[in-house]
Amino acid sequence: MTTEEKYVAAAYLVVFLVILIYVVIMAAKLTRLGRDVSELTELAREKKRVGEQPAKAAPKQVKVG
Amino acid sequence: MTASIALIFFYAPVDADGLNQKIFYFHVPIALTSYACFGWGAVKAFQHLWKRRPGADLESYVAIHQGVIFGALTLVTGSIWARVRWGHWWTWGDEQLVLFLVLFLFYCAYFMLRYSVDPGPQRANLCAVYALFGVVLIPISFLAIRLANSYIHPTVFTSDGPQMATSQLATFCVAWAAILSLAYFLYRFELAGKRLDADLKELRELLA
Repeated sequence: MTTEEKYVAAAYLVVFLVILIYVVIMAAKLTRLGRDVSELTELAREKKRVGEQPAKAAPKQVKVG
Repeated sequence: MTASIALIFFYAPVDADGLNQKIFYFHVPIALTSYACFGWGAVKAFQHLWKRRPGADLESYVAIHQGVIFGALTLVTGSIWARVRWGHWWTWGDEQLVLFLVLFLFYCAYFMLRYSVDPGPQRANLCAVYALFGVVLIPISFLAIRLANSYIHPTVFTSDGPQMATSQLATFCVAWAAILSLAYFLYRFELAGKRLDADLKELRELLA
């Protein structure tokens, strides 16, 4: 491989690597966001469950006198 | 992208400059794409300031981020090309190189501004004004090579048309289309992530 060929290969490699690193960073971020979505969905489900639970029966009123 | 690489290495002829000319097919489209990203960022900044369009600030930020990435690639590929062709990594005597570096550093400072102000309308307005100022540098940087007597940077596109063979021009156009498509894809990709992030933050606050 001549010096000129090495420089041309280096130029293309740099472009490829920078784009690859960028895509990997973005993919990692999207993975994290996916986890956040799951976590928030679980939180929302939990809140819904708590909201749907039947209200506790009111204590019986006993007439006195 | 694959088609453009195939054209560059198997279709476009090796001219008198030698094999190093193959860098031109990526270096110039990347530089032009960088200008396009900065220009798009300024358009979105203008939309934010004028029409107060929701989301325009985020779109402007993402476009400028893409522009800085492509700008960094322009500087690196240009330096490699300069090294193999003229024996220098960099020369301060060339207006095109220095002006592109100024443009690049100007937009790098955009991020310093953005992250030094608390999120909100004030930050969005400041960033939009900054992005609009920066766009003035684009025509200066682009025309510098044509206005000044550059002794090192080659001028391929002159007022007499492109100074290259038809096969080289076709390869260049395909490479540019590939790089622009890549930039658009990355822009949409990053924008989708940022929007999702903002929505999730809001949702988290609502659920807390």
